[in-house]
Amino acid sequence: MFDQKDLDSIRESRQEWESETLEPFLEKGERKERFATVSNHEVDRLYTPEDVSNIDYDEDLGYPGEPPYTRGPYPTMYRGRTWTMRQFAGFGTAEETNERFHYLINEGQTGLSTAFDMPSLMGIDSDHPMSEGEVGKEGVAVDTLRDMEILFDGIDISKISTSFTINPSAAVIYAMYIALADQQGVPREEVRGTLQNDMLKEFIAQKEWVIPPEPSLDVVTDTVEFAVEETPKFHPISVSGYHIREAGSTAVQEAAFTLADGFAYVEDCLDRGLEIDEFAPLLSFFFNSHNSIFEEVAKFRAARRIYSRVMEEWYGAEADESKRLKFHTQTAGQSLTAQQPLNNIVRVTIQALAAVMGGSQSLHTNSYDEALALPSEEAVRVALRTQQIIADESGAADIVDPMGGSFTIEKLTNEMEAEIMAYIEEIKEMGDGSVRDGVLNGIPQGYFHREIQDASYEYQKRVDSGEEVVVGVNEYTIDEEADPDILKIDPETRNRQLERLKAVKDERDDAAVEEMLEELSEAIDNGENVMPYIIDAVKAYVTMGEIMEVFEDHHGAYQETASLA
Amino acid sequence: MSAEHTDGQRTIRCLVAKVGLDGHDRGAHVIARAFRDAGFEVIYSGLHQAPDQIVQAAVQEDVDVLGISILSGAHDTLVPKIIDGLKEYDAFEDTLVLVGGIVPDDDREELYELGVSEIFGPGSSMQDTIDFVRENAPER
Repeated sequence: MFDQKDLDSIRESRQEWESETLEPFLEKGERKERFATVSNHEVDRLYTPEDVSNIDYDEDLGYPGEPPYTRGPYPTMYRGRTWTMRQFAGFGTAEETNERFHYLINEGQTGLSTAFDMPSLMGIDSDHPMSEGEVGKEGVAVDTLRDMEILFDGIDISKISTSFTINPSAAVIYAMYIALADQQGVPREEVRGTLQNDMLKEFIAQKEWVIPPEPSLDVVTDTVEFAVEETPKFHPISVSGYHIREAGSTAVQEAAFTLADGFAYVEDCLDRGLEIDEFAPLLSFFFNSHNSIFEEVAKFRAARRIYSRVMEEWYGAEADESKRLKFHTQTAGQSLTAQQPLNNIVRVTIQALAAVMGGSQSLHTNSYDEALALPSEEAVRVALRTQQIIADESGAADIVDPMGGSFTIEKLTNEMEAEIMAYIEEIKEMGDGSVRDGVLNGIPQGYFHREIQDASYEYQKRVDSGEEVVVGVNEYTIDEEADPDILKIDPETRNRQLERLKAVKDERDDAAVEEMLEELSEAIDNGENVMPYIIDAVKAYVTMGEIMEVFEDHHGAYQETASLA
Repeated sequence: MSAEHTDGQRTIRCLVAKVGLDGHDRGAHVIARAFRDAGFEVIYSGLHQAPDQIVQAAVQEDVDVLGISILSGAHDTLVPKIIDGLKEYDAFEDTLVLVGGIVPDDDREELYELGVSEIFGPGSSMQDTIDFVRENAPER
């Protein structure tokens, strides 16, 4: 970005500064021998134009809204409209979550995000023996379409976009939402929302599954194909790095494994015969935002640049919309401390600011009490207010890519891009030129687990040794009283859910249920897209567990090779 | 039964267990590695185990320490089942039962009363956990 003459003169002045000003000062020493981000990425004392001399402004940065999107996916960014403030919510029964949804809409939230309980996430019903103790605990329990009807009672789904954080059983929830749209008379092409539905990262990090990776990927591609044809405003996959990071990865690994997963879905859709520019615009992403603010901003920018280039160069994308990386961000749950929980508000603010300066399309800010339990209403409000303060008071939303051009940010963006690409190339190699096969081979070989576990163990050792300061945990500790007020799940939740499930089963037409399950089974045998069959099944109040069992009968249950890396 | 170290110290055998549907295994893996690096023998249950499977593994492997990792909030249902199971096999007295994960204060007392020796919440150090195991692992 500088011509040679400028650079020579800058080098000279830098050397002069080092010998005359810096060296004498260094006799006093610095706080540490080595400075590094929370991902242990070493950072320099100072960045200068020399660090960014290899950047070609038009090629590498360009303008927001144009490839390679380093400076942002849209030309006006938050001056046009601020990001979607989307707080994840769900607990207890559908009635309780419905109440929380109405509360959030009244508080000004612009998109809904649904958290499901563990049995729903694992595709089993509330009356399954493994569900005991888990019904309604971490999210809302959904067994049948009846629960979804209650969940969205009084909410016009043509007016709101809803995100569903669910994976192995995502196709069933997608089918239920479409059934709900049909009931409300909302045309399918108007249905807006996002399904997480990222099975590859389940095998890598979040560990929720029913059937093995390959057939799981088939179902994901079915949902993409169905979305292209029937619900073009609905994002069928949110390719997620959030959980990879939470499982202990570095920022580079988070971005690398997530982009690799994304490219794996792209390759699978291409193999299915879908047109790149038809389905790629429907793909969305989901990243984490941690404490090291500059590293995070650089990560988001590097991810956008890589995605744009790879989509074009490897997969032949032509439409801008296919190259534009759009993503949701959530602040790092793992960074929250149970000690002195109010400090978490500050951590969340830093992380949210990084997400905004990195150009996120939507954001969930964690509540300060989440290392203790599910968030209380007050904590949820503070988390949402944090976003509103950043949007309306900080000025961060008023300038597009406000960190762009910073020597530090541009240098870190370049470094992250190179490290992320090195991982992606390695994965591609593992699949003999196919990223999809590389990911599918890496899962059973334990490649991703090893990489992530090594990073998380190293991090914990740095915390234990005090090299990594965690305020309130290994420094600045105090004796604390009991927890602040926390949300408790009513122990009666499970009974109420079981009663409802039983009532639905008693009322439904058993012959229709059998028929729907049989048809689904045949569709799987014939290699047909399963979505239409699942929609018919949920409309007959077939349960999620019953549907997932058909898949399990065909493909077997997945078992992770339990190992310590 | 237990192996001997050359310095005469017994090798402590630990089962690190994930119970229920919860897939959050970062803590379980970190503590399993820390235990291994501390010289303990470590067995990892794998994910999504029913309480009875954990009990069977603990009994069959004749472990000194059972570390149950749970972050789903289902500790109040699942931990009692494991402890009942250990009692059924007469293994409870010889097993140091630890819980790691997010357990609200209000629930802690109940778990202690059931016989959980210690609960390691967020922010616990690996070294403190190792020291606790060394000091409290049952004598054989």
